[in-house]
Amino acid sequence: MPDDMSERVLKVIATSKRIPLEQVTIDSEFQQLGIDSMDAVEILFALENEFDISIPDDEVRHVRNVRQMVEGVEKLVAAKSADTAASQ
Amino acid sequence: MRRVAITGMGVISALGRSVPEFAASLCQGRSGIGPIESTDCSQLRFQNGAEVRGYSHRPYFEDRRADFIDRFAQFAVIAAREAVTGAGIEWTPELRETAAIITGSCVGGQSTEDIGFQEVYKFGHNRVHPLTIPKTMANAGASHISMEFGITGPSFTISTACSSAAHAIGQACWMIRSGMTDLAITGGSEAPFSFGILKAWEAMRVVSPDTCRPFSKDRRGMVLGEGAAMLVLEPLEAARARGAQIHAELVGFGMSADACHITQPSAEGAARAMRAALRDAQLAPEQIGYINAHGTATPANDVTETAAIRAVFGAHADRLAVSSTKSMHGHGLGAAAAFECLAATLALREGVLPPTANFNEPDPECDLDIIPNQARRAQVEYALSNSFAFGGLNAVLALRKG
Repeated sequence: MPDDMSERVLKVIATSKRIPLEQVTIDSEFQQLGIDSMDAVEILFALENEFDISIPDDEVRHVRNVRQMVEGVEKLVAAKSADTAASQ
Repeated sequence: MRRVAITGMGVISALGRSVPEFAASLCQGRSGIGPIESTDCSQLRFQNGAEVRGYSHRPYFEDRRADFIDRFAQFAVIAAREAVTGAGIEWTPELRETAAIITGSCVGGQSTEDIGFQEVYKFGHNRVHPLTIPKTMANAGASHISMEFGITGPSFTISTACSSAAHAIGQACWMIRSGMTDLAITGGSEAPFSFGILKAWEAMRVVSPDTCRPFSKDRRGMVLGEGAAMLVLEPLEAARARGAQIHAELVGFGMSADACHITQPSAEGAARAMRAALRDAQLAPEQIGYINAHGTATPANDVTETAAIRAVFGAHADRLAVSSTKSMHGHGLGAAAAFECLAATLALREGVLPPTANFNEPDPECDLDIIPNQARRAQVEYALSNSFAFGGLNAVLALRKG
C-alpha cells in the first residue's frame, strides 16, 4: 500500500509540473526538478484533491524533496483512516 | 516642471474612519487586525483580517444611492470626501472640467460578484442582479468620485495588484507636474472580504493564521485589509498661493517590472524601482531617512525587500528607519499603497515614524532598523513608500516634508 501511495504522489508531481514521470523519483529534490514555491503550492492543491486530505500550511513549510512530501501525505492519509475508523 | 503638493488626505480603514484616527493608531502602534466579521470564515484556514468593523453605508449614502455602489467604491467616495474637504477646494467650472481622478483597485467589487455568481452556480437561479457589472467594475471608485464632485476631467483606474494605488498616485503626480491638470484626486480602495476570494488567498498559502508580523523571524504571512485612502494633489506654488496646508510634497515616482516570476519577488526589480524613484526626485540615497516598506510579512517578500534596500542604499541602509504599517492596516491590495503613502506623509508631517507592529524576534535575513512595535520621534526630510506587486510590477513614491 505505501508504495502505491508514493507512486500516486510521484504521478501527481509529474502531472502538475508537466514533466515526464520517469524524471520524478522518491530521491528527487524539488530544486533538481525545478519546482519553485508556486509550483509546490499547486502540487499541494493537486495532492489534497487526489487523496481527499487537507494539508496544513505548517506541515509544508520545510518540505524540500519528494520523500518528505510522500511521508507527509502518508501521515495525513493514515490520520484520516484512523478518524474514519473511530467514527464508525 | 512644477512641484507637486499633497493638500488633502482622506482615509477609511481598520485603523479608523478619518485621518486623525488613522494617525493616532499608527502612533500608538495599534493593529486593526482581528476576527473577520463580514464573511463566515469557519471553512477557512485563517479567521483574521483588517476590516472596517461594523461598516454600514447609512451615515454616508442614502439607501437608493448605496444600491448602485459596491462597498469598495463606497470607501473610495468616503475617503475622497474627507480629502477634498480638508484641502478646502473652491470649485469653479474650469477646475471641475480639468481636475483628474486616478484610483487604484486590484479586485473591484468582489462581494457583488460573489453574490451574483452564487445566484447562478449555487442556487441555480437563472438571473443575476442587473447592477452586478457596474458595481463590480474596478473603475467604479473613480466613476463615483467624479459624480460626487461633478469632476469631468481625465479619470481612470489602474490595476497592478498590490502596487495599484502607487501607480495611480505616481501617475497623478506626473500629470500635475507636467501641467496636464491643476488638481488630482488619487489613491486606492479595496473590499476583498468575500468568501470566494478568501478561499483563493488561502490556496496560495501566503496568509497568516494569526497576525501580520513583518520582518519578524516568526512571521507567517500577510493579513488582508480593506478600505480606501485618497489624496488631493496640486501644484505646490498654486497651493501656497491660496494658503493651503501642504502635508507633504510628492517629489518622485519610479516603476519597474521584474520580468521574472508571476508571484516570487525579485530584489533586482524592487531595487530598480527604488533607484528610479530617487532619480526622478533627483535625490541621493543618503538623503532618505525613512522607508514605508512593502513589508507583507511573507517569508519571501521581507527577505527580498531587505536585500533590495541594501543593494540601493549600501552602508546608509544601517542609518535608515524602515517600517511596515501593513502590520496595522493589513494588506489593502489595491488600496495598500494609498494607506502607506498616507502613513509616510503623516510620518514626515508629524515627526513620528510609525512602527512595525506585532514584532517578536529579529530575523538575521531582515537586519534593518524596522522600528519594532513602538513609534519613534524623528524629523525626517525625505521618505520612500515601496510597493512590489504580484506579477512583478513595482512602484515607489518619494516624498518630502511639507
